[in-house]
Amino acid sequence: MDAIFLQILNGLDKGGAYALIALGLTLVFGTLGVVNFAHGAVFMLGAFCAVTTQHLLTFSKKVKDEGITFFDAYKEVPYLEIWWGETGSFIIDYKVPFSILLAVPVMLLIGLAMERGLIRFFYNRPHADQILVTFGLAIVIQEIVKSIYGANPIPVPAPEIVSGSANIGILLGLGDSVVYPWWRLIYLANALVVIAAVFSFLKFTTYGMVVRAGMQDRETVGLLGINIQHRFTVVFGLASIVVGIAGAMYTPILSPDYHMGMDFLVLSFVVVVVGGMGSLEGAVLAGFMLGVLQSFAAMNEVKAVFPGIDQIIVYLVAVIILLTRPRGLMGRKGVMED
Amino acid sequence: MTDRKKEAREWSRRQMLKTSAAGAALATAGSPMFFVKNAWAAKFRNDPGSSSSITLGFNVPQTGAYSDEGADELRAYKLAVQHLNGEGDGGMLNTMTPKSLKGNGVLGKKVKFVTGDTQTKSDAARASAKRMIEKDGVLMVTGGSSSGVAIAVQGLCQENGIIFMAGLTHSNDTTGKDKKRYGFRHFFNAYMSGAALGPVLEKEYGNQRKAYHLTADYTWGWTQEESMRKFTEALGWQTTAAVKTPVGAGDFSQYITPVLNSGADVLILNHYGKDMINSLTQAVQFGLRDKQVNGKNFEIVVPLFSRLMAQGAGENIKGILGSTNWNWSLKDAGSQAFVKSFGQAYGFPPSMAAHTCYVQTLLYANACEMAGSFYPPEVIKAMEGFKFDGMGNGATEYRAEDHQCFKDVLVVRGNNNPSSQFDLLEVVQEVPRSQVEYDAAIFGGALGPYKV
Amino acid sequence: MDTVSRKGELRLMLIFSAAVLLMPVWLSPFGAAYPDLLQKFAIFGIFAVGFNILFGLTGYLSFGHAVFLGVGSYAAVWSFKLFTMNVIPAVIFGVIFSGIFAALIGFVSLRRSGIYFSILTLAFAQMSYNLAYSVLTPITNGETGLQLRLHDLRMIDALFIEAGEGLPLTNLFGIKMSGYPGFYFCAVLLIIGFYLALRVKNSPFGLALKAIKSNQTRMGYTGFNSRPYMLSAFMISGMYAGLAGALLAVTDPLAGAERMQWTASGEVVLMTILGGAGTLIGPLLGAGLIKYFENIFSSYDDSLLHQAFSYLPDAMNDVVVGMISPFVGDGWHLTLGALFMVIIIFLPGGIVGGITHLWQRLVKKNQEPTEMEGKQQ
Repeated sequence: MDAIFLQILNGLDKGGAYALIALGLTLVFGTLGVVNFAHGAVFMLGAFCAVTTQHLLTFSKKVKDEGITFFDAYKEVPYLEIWWGETGSFIIDYKVPFSILLAVPVMLLIGLAMERGLIRFFYNRPHADQILVTFGLAIVIQEIVKSIYGANPIPVPAPEIVSGSANIGILLGLGDSVVYPWWRLIYLANALVVIAAVFSFLKFTTYGMVVRAGMQDRETVGLLGINIQHRFTVVFGLASIVVGIAGAMYTPILSPDYHMGMDFLVLSFVVVVVGGMGSLEGAVLAGFMLGVLQSFAAMNEVKAVFPGIDQIIVYLVAVIILLTRPRGLMGRKGVMED
Repeated sequence: MTDRKKEAREWSRRQMLKTSAAGAALATAGSPMFFVKNAWAAKFRNDPGSSSSITLGFNVPQTGAYSDEGADELRAYKLAVQHLNGEGDGGMLNTMTPKSLKGNGVLGKKVKFVTGDTQTKSDAARASAKRMIEKDGVLMVTGGSSSGVAIAVQGLCQENGIIFMAGLTHSNDTTGKDKKRYGFRHFFNAYMSGAALGPVLEKEYGNQRKAYHLTADYTWGWTQEESMRKFTEALGWQTTAAVKTPVGAGDFSQYITPVLNSGADVLILNHYGKDMINSLTQAVQFGLRDKQVNGKNFEIVVPLFSRLMAQGAGENIKGILGSTNWNWSLKDAGSQAFVKSFGQAYGFPPSMAAHTCYVQTLLYANACEMAGSFYPPEVIKAMEGFKFDGMGNGATEYRAEDHQCFKDVLVVRGNNNPSSQFDLLEVVQEVPRSQVEYDAAIFGGALGPYKV
Repeated sequence: MDTVSRKGELRLMLIFSAAVLLMPVWLSPFGAAYPDLLQKFAIFGIFAVGFNILFGLTGYLSFGHAVFLGVGSYAAVWSFKLFTMNVIPAVIFGVIFSGIFAALIGFVSLRRSGIYFSILTLAFAQMSYNLAYSVLTPITNGETGLQLRLHDLRMIDALFIEAGEGLPLTNLFGIKMSGYPGFYFCAVLLIIGFYLALRVKNSPFGLALKAIKSNQTRMGYTGFNSRPYMLSAFMISGMYAGLAGALLAVTDPLAGAERMQWTASGEVVLMTILGGAGTLIGPLLGAGLIKYFENIFSSYDDSLLHQAFSYLPDAMNDVVVGMISPFVGDGWHLTLGALFMVIIIFLPGGIVGGITHLWQRLVKKNQEPTEMEGKQQ
């Protein structure tokens, strides 16, 4: 029982990340009709916002390392600690939460720059062209990050106070063997908050309502004299922020490297398609569903019955869903079928 | 050019003529075409002939997950070439014994090199190695970072009659069931990791343990798990479960949650590279190291460690036991000479991948000098059974039966109080060679012919 | 260049054959005239030509085509292991098995269109890759890749030939298939494959496929059942990939799972679009270009660059090398990514599309905009 509870929790937690990434992807697709293969790279850039924050906060004075005698080596002491002592260390410890402050404006700018600088020229081009140009962009972004930070993963730990596990078993009266890392619980909560914020923005603000109307019928909204294009650009920036936060907050769970975007790209497309292209609710639902299924497929009891199921579960589910529900869980007719 | 160097070159040329004449006599003895001069001299691939230089092929991952490791290997190769050509401070050329190298290139010919990108993919690695062999005319190919790639390139080199000096490859298969006459490995393997770690694990954690394995689901992971199980079960440990995880899974949490309630008190992570960094980080986040099971502290073991990986895992590596081929903190003269020239050239110490690649290049060159020729069968014979010292790891032997180097293995622990940003691993024990040795027959395989 | 007359077809084939067979000559100034790379040009050319039959003609974008490449390779290596080192059975097995796989995957995937079709093919390819890498290791030898061994069965060879001391070589009735003979073998198959693709394109079948591309729904209203046509196109294209996979094993008897990874499928998409989807020669150009980058650009390092620009004064030399070096060696991925972007942004029809466009501008300067230009607006 405990084991199943843990697997569900774990699945929701994984699903939180998938849902956030898929939500961003769907926002872009649903509004602009663009298949953005650089979306994974944007996720990676979000994670590197956290790395950059860490670099900035631990900007260090180089002190000659006397311990190494063969050659000149240097120890690094962060200026923050030199100047502010304990307070400095405290700020450095909270680099991941602080990185959100950096990630929001930076990702917004990156998103706007991408849309204005490149994507907008591709609205009327075939999807294959969109895929290719954004794929090329993803490679270029990746290689630039690699040339700055190297190929090795860079550890970005969570604040000390939440680096351990929460004994949720005792909280819920399940016995003390049910523990779960604090940071993952925070990540799940964060994912839920961001998702709720995006939906509230679209549902309860006039701005969001216009955007949704535009998603349904772009031309009619345009005829009403609304500059829908302008709003869609903003939505692109919003999508970048969503996925950027997803990336920055993910760093304590997965030490980021330049390639992490590609690893998530295929998965996030599967999530979006299973949810139904262009359906925000579908993306979120599919994200959580695939997370939970993936988590269960990894259980030894399941693998004993279906060997290797954990290797293919996501794709298998995608095939089954697409064959039984042609447009994914919540997709609309006519989207992306041309 | 000094007179002595000139003399050496003269001598080697004379010796080469002599050897080639002898070889020609041998080759023609059994054939009726005894009027063919220098019959074999022209018969081997990429014979440098009278050219004043030779070319070596450095085939390392320059893109992809292991490209940092590949970059470090390339640094070491460049250093080795400098030292062979008599430039720089000579590095291990000053400490290696016995040594036939003279610091004037190899057999009087200047050493040049070409590089290639394996992308850590067998196909790309073989394409790159073929380019070196077919286009650049290399005499020897070296490099690595993954056993799959090493075995693939080794097979190719065997077919082409080009010697392959493996870089970082840890699977038992490289010199086990996939061993090749033209392939040589200086690096240690999964079996040796298990043999070295066993006694240390017993000493540290006792012999009443229950182990849970998470294993990368591919050939290397399997051999690593098999070796670790063999040695820990011999201590009296039980294996609670051994779970295969997809390569490159990223988030391993779904595999870690079942560990919590499994009753196991040791987690053995048979992962490497990014997988290891992620699974270790996540296992620590799940509080495994703060856990008490069966009245004992829960422990995590990582059988194969490298300093570059330790960097990626950050704080989480502290106090974790594992094994490694070599570490820059070793105090012997060979290691120190290498660390010194590497550090002076690049500003940081070499990784174990760099070390093994550097040593392999020197060993190949030395074998050519010993053979007095570049003719691969002669070079191979010079290397087979070659015993040497002064290159880190103490007295070492290239075993003739499987082309595996036998030497001391290091058991290391993530350093709790690092004195510098490079001081990540602390050597717990230098396990003597005798303890990790095994019979070459246990893994099967066949080396194949000298002449191809 | 939609309908080519018989005569024009013959002329095209002659020029094409000459260009392919003379590659060792005209590619040598580019440093690409060595057997392995030439083989790769021919093999990936076949792969791309086959992919183009599906994507270029019908517009269905398969994101899992590499799976057929992998299946072809595995089938060929198993043929070497079980039966004979002769390459003819290996090639036949490769094509047959990939055809069967294509029929199965195509039958399911073609129930959907658009991006749903792409994702279905991607899902099948990823499942195949993941399983080949892990659970199916007894058949595929996992990460290490399926290799020949000294003690393989080789049932047919065992009847006729005494086993040698080393590993036997792949051969065509005694002609070894590594090096230049291997290239010419692949080149001949490329020429045949190209001719067949040309015939397919200009046949009623090809016409039907193009009709499906322009409007499948309308085709449906006329009572035309497009499924059998689509499935045939998918299978033909899968068999081309299987042939390419088998040839990879013929020239180098090893089959690895990574041939089936989604990035490998992505590569052939890139090749086709880079060169010009739907054009005859475009996919070949794209394949050549990408393989050239992968093999030649990646081998440049700073010292080679310094040599190459040694005619410049030292200061200039450093500047030029400093500017170029991020794009070669370990930076070749960057060059590739940037090149894609430039081509897609400025030459929507790929390289061939761009050239055609330019040609039409030059020749028909004073005429009305051509159909081609009209399409691109």
